[in-house]
Amino acid sequence: MTIKVLYFAALRDALGRSEESLALPPGVSTIGDLQAYLADRGEQWKAIEGGKSVRAARNQRMVGSSEPVSPGDEIAFFPPVTGG
Amino acid sequence: MSVSVQEEDFDAGAEIAALSHGRTEVGAVATFVGLVRRGNADSGVQAMTLEHYPGMTEKALEGIVADARDRWHLEGVRVIHRVGRLEPGDRIVFVGVAGAHRGEAFAACEFIMDYLKTRAPFWKREETPQGVRWVEARASDDSAAVRWDDIEMRR
Repeated sequence: MTIKVLYFAALRDALGRSEESLALPPGVSTIGDLQAYLADRGEQWKAIEGGKSVRAARNQRMVGSSEPVSPGDEIAFFPPVTGG
Repeated sequence: MSVSVQEEDFDAGAEIAALSHGRTEVGAVATFVGLVRRGNADSGVQAMTLEHYPGMTEKALEGIVADARDRWHLEGVRVIHRVGRLEPGDRIVFVGVAGAHRGEAFAACEFIMDYLKTRAPFWKREETPQGVRWVEARASDDSAAVRWDDIEMRR
């Protein structure tokens, strides 16, 4: 019942980690719930609730904060993209 | 293979030739090549490193190409995006679109670049005389992509 969470670019630098596996916490059923849960870890984790400056993907597809989270998912958080 | 994410440089001439090779129905090939720009001399970029999300990047680019093919009748599409450390003057991205006529080739090429800028998970980190900094996304890139929602499909 775990999920994999990835962090990229400036957000990874701010959080000090690039990836982790965690048991899906009780009460977390959406991307937004997961952000609130992670933000409660401490001051440096507030960056995960950056509003429009933090984007999310579920199983490698960009999604909004109301997207559900299920066991086995690969969730990623990152800043707005700057390729091209 | 229509989409590549790679550290190596690409040969734009060879890619253009491949888009129409043996394809006499192709009447137009439109291309875009993006380069690393230094900017001004004082705060200029000495190098940049492109990071991406392996797996999702390829899917996102393939999705953008599929969207372009839904909008226009295209004979061929090629997208190459480089990752890793690049210096001013280096090529970053190639988009080539083959069609029967120039209209769909030009339009689809611009569409793919506009969507790539807002949907493909790449991030640029610049090295400057003042230090290393992540490039911030531009609102103008979002509006460039959104305007396609208002443009009627042309075939």
